[in-house]
Amino acid sequence: MDNLASSRKTYASLTAREAGLVACTTCGLLDHPRQTCQRCGAALHSREPLSYQRTLAWLIAGMVFFIPANLYPMLITNTFGSEQKSTIIGGVIELIEYGSYFVALVVGVASILVPLAKFAVIGLLLASIRRAWKLNPHQRLHLYEITEFIGRWSMIDVFVVAILAALIQLDFVASVNPGFAAVSFALSVIFTMLSAQSLDQRLIWDSMNETDRHE
Amino acid sequence: MNTTSIDPSALIACPNCDLLHTARQVSEGERLRCARCGTKLASSRPNAIDRTLAAAVTNAILIVAALFFPFIQLDGGGTRQSATLIDAVSAFGTGLTAPLVLVVAAFIIVIPFMRASALVYTLWPLRFGRAPYKAAPQAFRLANTLKPWSMAEIFIIGVVVALVKIAGIAQVSLGPAFWMLTAVVLVLLLENHNFCRWTIWQVLGKHTQA
Repeated sequence: MDNLASSRKTYASLTAREAGLVACTTCGLLDHPRQTCQRCGAALHSREPLSYQRTLAWLIAGMVFFIPANLYPMLITNTFGSEQKSTIIGGVIELIEYGSYFVALVVGVASILVPLAKFAVIGLLLASIRRAWKLNPHQRLHLYEITEFIGRWSMIDVFVVAILAALIQLDFVASVNPGFAAVSFALSVIFTMLSAQSLDQRLIWDSMNETDRHE
Repeated sequence: MNTTSIDPSALIACPNCDLLHTARQVSEGERLRCARCGTKLASSRPNAIDRTLAAAVTNAILIVAALFFPFIQLDGGGTRQSATLIDAVSAFGTGLTAPLVLVVAAFIIVIPFMRASALVYTLWPLRFGRAPYKAAPQAFRLANTLKPWSMAEIFIIGVVVALVKIAGIAQVSLGPAFWMLTAVVLVLLLENHNFCRWTIWQVLGKHTQA
């Protein structure tokens, strides 16, 4: 593995922006500043405009929808005429009662722990860009990469509800219907993914460079 | 330093932290990483285009085929029910949760299929040494944008969880479509391993800029 140590000496930690160049975030082409990328046609920005604001806006939307996702029922089960509603946490507890500890852990982590951790990490990263929070940039990068990677997995409970509803729909003994929480939870996951995608990671490194120089 | 003297084509900027590195040809099996943050800049796998194309073609076929085979079968109370993927999606078709139909269908069928098709469109002419199709840059951009939204692997795990939940109520067996979608997930993992966005953009760039 070559970590390009030699080239680093040549350009002594010079970023594309400092060199008066712009890297396309879509295809990676490095160019002099212009409107659109010559190679892929994407809009070219040294730093994504309003990245901080858009990330924050999507984050708030994700957090707001996470509230009804936990208060309303995820799954409505009708058995012999009696209706039973279960929330996200209720579903996890049910799994523990069945003795399926591993599956309970997977669902619990994916639908409760991961979304909360993702809100916290994006919040921290935003704070670190505004230098309200001092954190090693390598740690920040790892945090970001981990949340980017596992954030999608929160969708698992929505799929579980979809499959259960499809399977038990026509049965005369029992029927299963998705509750309002299924929609709000799906939206919460989508908004949080959009939030993470809106964050221009280069801003994190910019803020680090600036603090380095002040010290 | 006089910035106008820098030739951008001789450099790569780290997509993550914007640090500049000297660009050079990557030898086979090698990976270039950013000196500051360690992000992968470029990698070269033997026959990367061939392998990515093969994976995309396989996935497109598997996804379409998976639509028409039973996904899971349910035996309980003397009746047998089998549900295809289309049934799973249309279970959401009533009431307040109707908009979820579109989202679930998009995540497990439409987006994975669109992404596979866009990759085939981009890579097919390149594989045979011809110039890329006119909309290849747009198609490849689309494929990359769709990547995080393609959730077949999450769906598969969701199926397993659902099976555990109803194991007490009914006998459940997995149909051929489940295994087709599992194959899609495995092919995607292989594809990710061989995929280098930077290399493919370079090949596309040679044609569009010339």
